[in-house]
Amino acid sequence: MFVSPIREPLIQGHKTYAQMTEDIIGPVEAKPTKTWMMAVTFTGLLAIVGFIMIGLTITYGIGLWGLNKTIGWAWDITNFVWWIGIGHAGTLISAILLIFRQKWRTGVNRSAEAMTIFAVMCAGLFPLIHMGRIWLAFFIFPYPNTRGPVWPNFDSPLLWDVFAISTYFTVSLLFWYVGLIPDLATVRDRATTAFRKKMYNIFSFGWTGTAKQWQRFESLSLVLAGLSTPLVLSVHTIVSFDFATSVIPGWHTTIFPPYFVAGAIFSGFAMVLTLMLVVRKIFHLEEYITLAHIESMNKVIILTGSIVGVAYITELFTAWYSQNQYEQYAFINRSMGPYWWSYWGMMTCNVISPQLFWIRKLRRSVVFTFFMSVVINIGMWFERFVIIVTSLHRDFIVSSWSYYTPTVVEIFIYLGTIGFFMTLFLVFAKVAPVIALAEVKSILKTAGDQYIGAGAKHGHHEEETSKPGHYETLIKPQ
Amino acid sequence: MSAKKILYGLFDDEEILLKAVKGVRAEGVRISDVHTPFPVHGLDEAMGLRMTKLHSAGFIFGATGTLTALAFITWISTVNYPINYGGKPYFSLPAWIPITFELTVLFSAVGMTLTYLYLNRLAPGMEPRVLDNRLTSHMFAMTFELEEDTPSEKREEIRKMLEAQGAVEVHEKDFDQ
Repeated sequence: MFVSPIREPLIQGHKTYAQMTEDIIGPVEAKPTKTWMMAVTFTGLLAIVGFIMIGLTITYGIGLWGLNKTIGWAWDITNFVWWIGIGHAGTLISAILLIFRQKWRTGVNRSAEAMTIFAVMCAGLFPLIHMGRIWLAFFIFPYPNTRGPVWPNFDSPLLWDVFAISTYFTVSLLFWYVGLIPDLATVRDRATTAFRKKMYNIFSFGWTGTAKQWQRFESLSLVLAGLSTPLVLSVHTIVSFDFATSVIPGWHTTIFPPYFVAGAIFSGFAMVLTLMLVVRKIFHLEEYITLAHIESMNKVIILTGSIVGVAYITELFTAWYSQNQYEQYAFINRSMGPYWWSYWGMMTCNVISPQLFWIRKLRRSVVFTFFMSVVINIGMWFERFVIIVTSLHRDFIVSSWSYYTPTVVEIFIYLGTIGFFMTLFLVFAKVAPVIALAEVKSILKTAGDQYIGAGAKHGHHEEETSKPGHYETLIKPQ
Repeated sequence: MSAKKILYGLFDDEEILLKAVKGVRAEGVRISDVHTPFPVHGLDEAMGLRMTKLHSAGFIFGATGTLTALAFITWISTVNYPINYGGKPYFSLPAWIPITFELTVLFSAVGMTLTYLYLNRLAPGMEPRVLDNRLTSHMFAMTFELEEDTPSEKREEIRKMLEAQGAVEVHEKDFDQ
């Protein structure tokens, strides 16, 4: 198979298949480290505090939050959109990049998909608790009932959202688990204790890796990827419809769907980077999640960050060009009103900071990338806050203008979901291979550093690549 | 099921395995199965496996989802309990596209995954027939099912052929299920 000589190796360290198994399954079999125990205790406690606050909210009602008559949506929906957006990177990596045949996807797709599932779980909590009477949450589904039957409104974007999010969660879960089965079988076959053998036997569904199984596996993966691609775009499109189909100045803009989708992928990649940089460090996976992977993800961040930047500016332009005074006021108020700090926080974090990734050195710096990934996540949280709260707080009658500040309950529910998310991710990273082992093995011959790049020992490019520094000269002009 | 005897050769590289599959088939010997730790491209063609029809199942499930969504929403909104939402028509198809799309994807994905699990005999707690623990890590196996009455010369012949094709180990294993 032809591999372009300028392709950077994606697997370092001249790995063999046996070594790859050892490196990736090893952490699953090892005793939990002290760091892991401490981390999971901390995030678990944070999650518990969050759930206590949710319990209080359910008991006493959402009067415990800072919402008022004017501002009926604030941190809750901000957090919902933020979490949903984070999930999108997982699907992009596993589905869209599979269709584009991007090999670097294999190093990060497993954790990114896990991240998607956990992020959607956190997201789903917010609309549920915001309902106030969570025990009636099943009213949102169309089921035969004795109230008429009265059905939900199929013309409403809020109902579309119910279907979009639940479908998204289900499909992501299936996609993730189908990919996990062969790798869990690897853990099963290596198990030394009876308990581990039994557990992984249950969860690996009896996989043996026959040719026909793999053929169906590949067919299913491709179709699920094909289905997930429009699905992921539809989910954030529909989330944006929650706002765009309303008549609130600042919300009813046709630019919302692409703008939201780009923002979702932008924030999702930032979260993938936050998690992956920690995972590769803790589990010593630097040879599988290489600088090439990090650089590729940072390139996606430049692209989506720039789209988001253009969208912000387009919104301002449209407000001016529309000659609609309410629309114009909404944007003047956004940037210079009482919430100016959130607007400029958003602008700095999302528009200016990702442009630093044009510099190759920064793109390939682990420390800088980690820092930026956190900055971007803060920025994207501000974006949703800006859109939701600043558009609402000065509404149609001046007498009802208001200001919103979150209560302690809201703050801890939000922090609690972060704790919940991190706990789930840490547990996942301990019990299942964080790298899609079978998929990474399948790219070894075309992306391993003994086959391509400067240190290649064998392979089809032996003559051209055996010269030391050949690969470097192709990448860097000297 | 009756007891089964399986003769298998182990390979340590997928390229050698691919050549061996072609070589064995060229000699007119029927391969029962091949086990690999990861998907090997071109293996299904080399073994002469038919293309899976799984994607057709996906299409049928998806189409079922589309029709279910449209039929259900139409019946609710125009027959069972028509409500006037802001003067929009009862039959407002454009507004139903999002849900129709989501259900298409949902039916297709769920149906196809269940079909996949059924065809591949995968279920929680299913007892696998593990020939060798290394087959999900770094070894590749080509297997031959033996009958009770398979003559030992025939077995020897297969063994020799496997070794000639590059197998690093050849074993026999009995399964009582």
